[in-house]
Amino acid sequence: MKVILQGLTKKFPSRNKKSKEEVVAVSDFSFEIPDGKLIGLLGPSGCGKSTMLNLICGLEKPTSGRILFGDDDVTDLPPEVRGVGLVFQNYALYPHLTVLQNILFPLQNLKGDKKMTKAEMLEKAEEVAKLVQISELMERKPSEMSGGQQQRVAIARALVKMPKILLLDEPLSNLDARLRLQTREELRRIQRETGITTVFVTHDQEEAMSISDMIVVMKKGVLNQLGKPQEVYDDPVNLFVAKFLGTPPINVFRGEVRGERLFIGGEDVLAVPGVGDRPVYAGIRPEGFILNDNGAFTCRLTAVEVMGRDTSVVSTHPSCEGVNIRSIISAENLVDASKEEVRFDLKPNKVFIFDTDTEERIRFGVNGRMGEDA
Amino acid sequence: MKKSNFKAWLYLLPAVLFLGFFMVYPLADVLVYSFEEGYNSASQTFMGVGTYNYRYVLHDPYFLQAVKNTFILVIITVPVSTGLALLISLGLNSIKKLKELYQTVYFLPYVTNTLAVGLVFMILFKKTAYTDGMVNLLINLFGGKSVDFIDGPYWAKMFVLCFYTVWVVLPFKILILTSALASVKQDYYNAAKIDGTSKWRMFTRITLPMISPMLFYLIITGFIGAFKAYSDAVALFGTNLNAAKMNTIVGYVYDMLYGDSGGYPSYASAAALILFAIVFTITVVNLMISKKQVHY
Repeated sequence: MKVILQGLTKKFPSRNKKSKEEVVAVSDFSFEIPDGKLIGLLGPSGCGKSTMLNLICGLEKPTSGRILFGDDDVTDLPPEVRGVGLVFQNYALYPHLTVLQNILFPLQNLKGDKKMTKAEMLEKAEEVAKLVQISELMERKPSEMSGGQQQRVAIARALVKMPKILLLDEPLSNLDARLRLQTREELRRIQRETGITTVFVTHDQEEAMSISDMIVVMKKGVLNQLGKPQEVYDDPVNLFVAKFLGTPPINVFRGEVRGERLFIGGEDVLAVPGVGDRPVYAGIRPEGFILNDNGAFTCRLTAVEVMGRDTSVVSTHPSCEGVNIRSIISAENLVDASKEEVRFDLKPNKVFIFDTDTEERIRFGVNGRMGEDA
Repeated sequence: MKKSNFKAWLYLLPAVLFLGFFMVYPLADVLVYSFEEGYNSASQTFMGVGTYNYRYVLHDPYFLQAVKNTFILVIITVPVSTGLALLISLGLNSIKKLKELYQTVYFLPYVTNTLAVGLVFMILFKKTAYTDGMVNLLINLFGGKSVDFIDGPYWAKMFVLCFYTVWVVLPFKILILTSALASVKQDYYNAAKIDGTSKWRMFTRITLPMISPMLFYLIITGFIGAFKAYSDAVALFGTNLNAAKMNTIVGYVYDMLYGDSGGYPSYASAAALILFAIVFTITVVNLMISKKQVHY
């Protein structure tokens, strides 16, 4: 089932009684979720991701805008008739019920012609338990299971009534690092096997990038960019999106464009054809640095971290907005850690420049679209 | 004895002495008294050892009346007060406006002076030369005949006693239950809502199990408290409870010790131990039931 959001806005009354000002959690949000895809809703804490999810599932009513499931307008429908499954951040498994009872719970609510016999319910529960691989845990109570197992039960409970849309609120945030990796593969597999349109919310860009068919980057309730993870990473529309995606994060410098050349700290580092003279922010991805003793860009070397496959060079530069510059270079390049200075050349398609006021992207020449490495 | 052990005992000494002297010794003494036949407190002598005291108490019509009164009181007030408290707490939990005000109002009886409460109940129920009491005025208004709630028929007196007891224990139960209800996470209800759970099913399958430990605590303490009722009856019907046929087991014990016809510590001890046996049994039964019904 495809989901269409049209001009979705949600305002909350202000907590502060004195000011009448409303808090805008979601602002004029429009996009279409294609059928059967896995969508990652990505943004920092408090950007309205969870509100967004609550709007889709119907726990919150939008202030304005429409929500369509396929061709049906569900904006004014209560959650139970929308046919959505929601997995809560803390799983919200009923602690006094066993796994089986938890999974059966939604089925026991069905009324009318959807009503099932006990045998049908059990069959359904076992089927979904098998899908998320918890068949042997059916008699346990939630407190007797690990976080990862609870997570699976929560997914099973959301899936058992075959929802048209599955929503997951920070599904992995309560798991430890290793389990998170494992579970996100699992999530991907379950989504593929069921083919249910799935939206999951996360503030972890790595998580979103690794399993989503599409990511939606949100900031303060406003949609900033949507697209395939790699496309968004390679072609961010503004400084926020560029900063938000990627580990280690992008390195941001204050710079200046003079005569179609980018200057950082007085050094002419890159040709930026087609850009007029102006101050800019320059964002350079960690993999955008090429070690070169005669390179144009000079930084003060702080540390060299060898990580086997590649090497992380940590350096500083007076124009850098962050504390450190992190660059990732191939491990074949040996870096002398005792040196004071390190010089780089830059890959043009890994350098993005942004307006200093609007922080919007300024495109130049090859850059932006996926060009070959320089 | 190891040195560290010695130190520990030294620290414990004040408490051990105090509790031993004022709790353990009297408790043991009660047991001894209850088996000493014909004990005379003035001369500290007794005739023999046996179960006569128990037999006497169990055949005493006043005691049997007290047992009957206590059981009626327990059976009526514990479920009624707990149920009522649950209803009121659910109401308090679901309203937004004036919530604090109502919470305060419902909690007021808990902090109100007993004398003031007694006075209010007098105005409500007591027949005087000038008025039949507020409740009777109401009954008259609907064409009923006045009932003497304080000196009248047994059921009327029992009604007042139960009414009073429920009213007195309600605030504490409401306080406990409102906080128990507030501690049930909204997520559970949201999850249930998305699954199309009916309000009633949410209550029976989510709310009740989630607050069951608190509910159970209130039922147990409610039972014990009601079995120990005494002062409420005195406040309403005066000190001669046997004459009013409104005595309770604890009242009987007190009368046997210090009442007008008192001075029988042996009978009082026997009655007290019988009460202990009853409360103990009921609590054990409660605990057994709770193993299945209470979810911690």
